[in-house]
Amino acid sequence: MSASTPFALLANASSLPWAEVPAWPVTEFVRATAGELTRGARLCALFGVPDGAGTRLVAVLAFDADNTLAVARSTPFSGAYPSLTVTHPQAHLFEREVLEQHGLTPMGHPWLKPVRQNNGNAPANGEFFRVDGREVHEVAVGPVHAGIIEPGHFRFQCAGEEVLHLEIALGYQHRGVEEALTGGPHLATMSQMETVAGDTTIAHATAHATLMESLAGTEAPLRAQWLRAIALELERLANHTGDMGALANDVAFLPTSSACGKIRGDFLNLTALICGNRFGRGLVRPGGCRHDLEPERAAQLLERLKTALADTEQAVAWFWDSASVRARFENVGVVFPAQAAEIGLVGPAARACGLVRDVRYDHPAGWHRFAQAPVAVWPGGDVFARARVRSLEIQRSGQYLCEQLAAPAEGDLRSELAPPAPDTLAVALVEGWRGEVCHVALTDAAGRFRRYKIIDPSFHNWTGLALALRGTAISDFPICNKSFNLSYCGFDL
Amino acid sequence: MFVIDTITHRLKRGCETMAYPKGPAPALPDRHGGALKVDASKCADGCNACIPVCPTRAIARPPGKPVALDLGRCIFCAACVEVCPTKAITQTGDHRMAVRRREDLVLGESGKEQVRLAVALDEKLRKLFGRSLRLRQVSAGGCAACEADTNVLGTIGWDLGRFGIQFVASPRHADGLLITGAVSKNMELALKKTYDAVAAPKIVIAVGACAIAGGPFIGHPQIHNGASALVPVDLFIPGCPPHPLTILDGLLRLLDRLEDKPRVASGAN
Repeated sequence: MSASTPFALLANASSLPWAEVPAWPVTEFVRATAGELTRGARLCALFGVPDGAGTRLVAVLAFDADNTLAVARSTPFSGAYPSLTVTHPQAHLFEREVLEQHGLTPMGHPWLKPVRQNNGNAPANGEFFRVDGREVHEVAVGPVHAGIIEPGHFRFQCAGEEVLHLEIALGYQHRGVEEALTGGPHLATMSQMETVAGDTTIAHATAHATLMESLAGTEAPLRAQWLRAIALELERLANHTGDMGALANDVAFLPTSSACGKIRGDFLNLTALICGNRFGRGLVRPGGCRHDLEPERAAQLLERLKTALADTEQAVAWFWDSASVRARFENVGVVFPAQAAEIGLVGPAARACGLVRDVRYDHPAGWHRFAQAPVAVWPGGDVFARARVRSLEIQRSGQYLCEQLAAPAEGDLRSELAPPAPDTLAVALVEGWRGEVCHVALTDAAGRFRRYKIIDPSFHNWTGLALALRGTAISDFPICNKSFNLSYCGFDL
Repeated sequence: MFVIDTITHRLKRGCETMAYPKGPAPALPDRHGGALKVDASKCADGCNACIPVCPTRAIARPPGKPVALDLGRCIFCAACVEVCPTKAITQTGDHRMAVRRREDLVLGESGKEQVRLAVALDEKLRKLFGRSLRLRQVSAGGCAACEADTNVLGTIGWDLGRFGIQFVASPRHADGLLITGAVSKNMELALKKTYDAVAAPKIVIAVGACAIAGGPFIGHPQIHNGASALVPVDLFIPGCPPHPLTILDGLLRLLDRLEDKPRVASGAN
């Protein structure tokens, strides 16, 4: 499929000179990108790069079945261009973002609004999509939510209990992460990468470190790649377990809720055993890792891991064995497979629609070239399926960890990196616990970042939550939301 | 699966709530390091080794003055500890770090080598909040880690409810705010409105390096470099994120629910 593409091909975690990226006038660029998407490619990133008086658009596509990525760019332009969203809805937020950041207007885009911009007193407080009718009412929730959760605004159009449409307005968490990267890397860059989405520290840190290694023309020592893979699965286990507990809580099944809340902490403490921080801060650095997992520490980790896995297995079994829980999850918050493919869902949310889509399997980099876990897939697209996929991934991550801890890579943990190559584009994908974390870096003539693009899986998946709510009772919003559990700050950057 | 099975499973697990604070505090992970201690008298003449390695520029050494490390800005990466040639900056392994005044987090000069731990609320507020404190949590540019480690206090292991502390779903039900995040400008209005909606007297707790000073994002034009820019803060709890034990210690210290007294008395009340 990818063999005949006019795009430049590259593998995950690799780079190519900016000059070798094919450039076409924007109309041709949009047409070619649409053509590849129609043939089954997936849009990982679409963003602008200022160039002279104009801006170039850059598209990064994934040909999952061919295990390859593809990249192309437009020639610099300003003003308007034909919207890709009209034929390929997975581009809709990317095009809104490009408008906000570079002022380029996608002609024909059906819902052109800012993504994170401060609009008066708060972001995106512009026009919301409204459904009219005597029985229709509107429910506004947020930005501050009724719990210990990040801020975002939800606007429901309802007929009685039924949600006809949900529009999600984010941007409240905007900290200027991408803007600050231009001219970098800076002293604070690594810490900022670790806090792009704080519950996805390892995935974002690994993506950034991999880019820096790729730009230096090397890769991290094998032992560091092994350790990163271990930390990545611990991160997945902690978050999935926490979410299983949260789902149980939202259907008032308290035994699993109580147990999982505690076991989540046990998994976080395993990450802290490696590096001192429960979220993995300070572990991954460009060129390798900063803390080693010595044999005694690994043995302790394995022992505690097995206990925590057994506890999880039991707590999750109570939950699945209960007919009242299953009944609350089945056929609630359905995203159809065709919709999921159309909007470009990633991660467990996509796999719960039966889409076999996992970076660890499709685009293996680092340690995943040598050791993989089976992809967890479930059909149905409902809350039940998303919970099932999480549940399966807990088992498989646990199994993977036990195997990998038994066979550590030897050697150095860190290598010195050469300065980043000038005028080079690098791409790194990592399968975080929510799905595909994508970092793209473009260096200038001095080897500094000319443009750095971060796409958290939440950027793809918030639309999935909005679609899941259609036709669902508004009282089911909490379980729908929990089954996705998306990041606000990862989206807002 | 019958209800009886669920109950049996649950009974088998027994009580999983930690003994602390009646019993000993759980140990911090050995690589955590705890609070930092800075003894500026140990600094070599003209040495500035720690300053350029700090990602949040938390360390300064003005000419002729002792080195000063601001634990409020610190993200506890320990890069300074690693490069310090004279062991002037060391890790204490101590989980206790919460303070009442911002300046009590600045370490270095003689008598101020460690944080000056928070003193309890004054008697009037302690009578109001000491046995029942309801907090509204506002995440304003947080990364979800401080939020997660605050949330974890509600789980059975920590059981915050046993101290009468609870997070509530409306500012109208709250005695105060617990703020996380660098306070993004896009959250300015929401934070101010939430603060105004809490009935006086009220308290504000800033959790994490971001809420204290902006954390890794300090200086970005999109943020306010912490909660103090918009609301008066009564308790600062450092960390990136603070360990749950550090947060709990701060809350209990504020309510005078701990036996141990501050190492160095602070003037604030």
